[in-house]
Amino acid sequence: MALENAAVLERVQARFGQAVLGTGEFRGTLALQLRPDTLPDVAAFLREDPELQYILLANVCGVDYLGREPRFEVVYHFTSLMHNHRIALKVGADEDDPRVPSIAREFPTATFQEREVYDMFGIIFDGHPDLQRILMPEDWDGFPQRKTEPLVYEEVAFTFNHDEIDAQKPYAKE
Amino acid sequence: MGLEEKAGDMGIVTTSLEAAVNWGRTNAMWPMLFGLACCAIEMMASQASDYDLSRFGMEINRASPRQADLMIVAGRVSRKMAPVVRQLYDQMSDPKWVIAMGDCASCGGVYNNYAIVQGVDEIVPVDVYVAGCPPRPEALIHGIIMLHEKVRREKIGQYKAVDNRKPEAVRLDAEGRTVAMAERR
Amino acid sequence: MSVAQRPAPQLHAGVSATDVATANIRYPSSAEVVAAARQITVPSPRQVIEANARRAQSGTLDESMVLNMGPQHPSTHGVLRLVVELAGETVVQLAPDVGFLHTGIEKTMEAKNYQKAVVLTDRTDYLGPMINNLVYALAVEQLLDCQIPPRAQVARVLFSELTRINSYLVWLGTHALDLAAMSVFLYAFREREMLLDIFELTSGARMMTSYIRPGGLAYDLPVEFKPTVQHFLSLMPSRIDEYEALLTENPIWKERTVGVGILNAADALALGVTGANLRAAGVPYDVRKAFPYSGYENYDFQVITAQNGDVYDRYLVRIAEMREAVNIAQQALDNLPDGPYATSDRKIWPPPKEEITHSMESLIHHFKLWTEGFKPPVGDAYVTVESGRGELGCYVVSDGSNKPWRCHFRAPSFITLQAVPHMSKGNLIADLVASLASLDPVLGEVDR
Repeated sequence: MALENAAVLERVQARFGQAVLGTGEFRGTLALQLRPDTLPDVAAFLREDPELQYILLANVCGVDYLGREPRFEVVYHFTSLMHNHRIALKVGADEDDPRVPSIAREFPTATFQEREVYDMFGIIFDGHPDLQRILMPEDWDGFPQRKTEPLVYEEVAFTFNHDEIDAQKPYAKE
Repeated sequence: MGLEEKAGDMGIVTTSLEAAVNWGRTNAMWPMLFGLACCAIEMMASQASDYDLSRFGMEINRASPRQADLMIVAGRVSRKMAPVVRQLYDQMSDPKWVIAMGDCASCGGVYNNYAIVQGVDEIVPVDVYVAGCPPRPEALIHGIIMLHEKVRREKIGQYKAVDNRKPEAVRLDAEGRTVAMAERR
Repeated sequence: MSVAQRPAPQLHAGVSATDVATANIRYPSSAEVVAAARQITVPSPRQVIEANARRAQSGTLDESMVLNMGPQHPSTHGVLRLVVELAGETVVQLAPDVGFLHTGIEKTMEAKNYQKAVVLTDRTDYLGPMINNLVYALAVEQLLDCQIPPRAQVARVLFSELTRINSYLVWLGTHALDLAAMSVFLYAFREREMLLDIFELTSGARMMTSYIRPGGLAYDLPVEFKPTVQHFLSLMPSRIDEYEALLTENPIWKERTVGVGILNAADALALGVTGANLRAAGVPYDVRKAFPYSGYENYDFQVITAQNGDVYDRYLVRIAEMREAVNIAQQALDNLPDGPYATSDRKIWPPPKEEITHSMESLIHHFKLWTEGFKPPVGDAYVTVESGRGELGCYVVSDGSNKPWRCHFRAPSFITLQAVPHMSKGNLIADLVASLASLDPVLGEVDR
């Protein structure tokens, strides 16, 4: 029983017509752009529908498309083990108030992954059991993986700037 | 065998107290179990079958810092981990030594970014730096032997009695930088 | 519960068809997974501490206290901090606290071009460096729509399997070490040295090889490659027999692992657990069969599953998979074809050095690749491989420039750690150590 991208798309659109804002198929993977508030329903449908059965939420990932509207995007990859098929759901979030409904209560695997997207990008997941920082220290200021945040805190030392970097570097003496 | 020829009837052996103390310190230096990342796997490989570290007296890795002499910082130190490294170093009792194993512990390594402390010597004073990503077990052993030679040259009376329960002399601020570093920015 | 009363583990025959869908397999239904998902929560450290504080204030504490199994601990497999609420020796609730090894690899990769970023991929799951290289290379190749010659494909399969054996040896050694069987650790590392010698022979480095790159392999296989690997593969089955002789029927081992840390199929799927942990619960999901890559559909191997989903089953599944890995590696070695070791597309892989002296076009290609690198078309790709820990995925987004816009690793250990609270609630803390070791987390990929 193999699923085809077109069949999946048809089934989802039949049920959730207005939720799907756009579709794309790049190198064989179907990606659906969804309206943010419809995400929990579409995810539950993908999992529970007897024809589709996408029972594994494989990946939750955030992307910062700086200069595009909406700026942030959260990507979800679902896998159907029975059909060996994969689908991607993409949900956009605005720059000023990036909020996406959380699916962590229905999909416990998303608990840590949503915390990571919050930690790295600042996207707030409404309904998450405890949206706390997971990779950075709790009192860290800023969201590191945004494109507007700097990468380095100490420049690379070459021979021409080595001495001035060395003078500023605090070596522990005791 | 050689000792009897040199020392005669083996009744009395003379040496300086300094040499004896240093010899004792090097031959039974217990490392603390402090593997962080990939270098830890090479440290485990050095301790396992082919490159055996117990021939250097490091049979046991002590999990508790109170019982360890040597902290081999094996791996990258992230900002969240920096206060932990400092706290463990403070809990070790004198005399204590630190080997920065690998490029990440020596200078930040492959990673020059917001998350990694650029060299663990920003947090604890390091005695020997071992380069490599990860360093071969032979390189680590070379670093350990170099540390042993350094310890053999130490003067007696270098380590005064210190009350380890005093508050930490070097504080770390919220971002894992020493206070001196934070003040400089 | 005495050993006699615990459910006996059974290892049932795997799926040998190359098409999983036609074999008669029963996956958990989505209703079961939904029901399991509603029962499971993954607490954060703050929740555990606050719940305990609330109970202390309301007087219903009854001797439970919150302890820290700190980032530096003999048996946490790296810098993992567990905030454990204990009542005596029984775990009431626990929360993993990760992030002590966060390296910012994903953001650093955005600053390097595609070829240079391979170096960083080795260091996420540092026990399976070539598998990380492979997933990144496959993702970039999918973006580029690049064809890989057969020699490189077979060599990639061979190195994936050798890396899998390497990863499982470290797992076995550290798992046994946590349960105080120290000699297995020394035996496993003895075999591992042979594997590291093979890696050093081909790529120059023992661990962080960066040998599998987008476009093919870094260098061609050396002349002594075949006999060296053959020697290792002929030796390995008897060594696996040695490990089994020490552990499999060992009554202390069975006492500590049978019936401990049970994770059933529906719970595992709800938590996103994949790999040997899921297969030990009875679900025959192996990425090499489900989404074959690099020619895996041409190899004859089995997917091994077990029934009970406890620590002992995970141990049996991994030992059997080590044997299967030797089997696949032997097939790959026997069928290693001659030919180019990288793609001939000059826009992706540089031309041979000799050509530069007499071909202007080759010189230009060489120049462009070294200064700028290749530029994939705009789009994104999510590719998965089967690593030692489960389904390792790489999601690469390209904006048409020479640097990846976003590169994310779906790290199986990060997701599997969410299963620890569910597995250890109500059990003893000694069992927590055993179950954590059997899940095989590697903190480098958890924190990236």
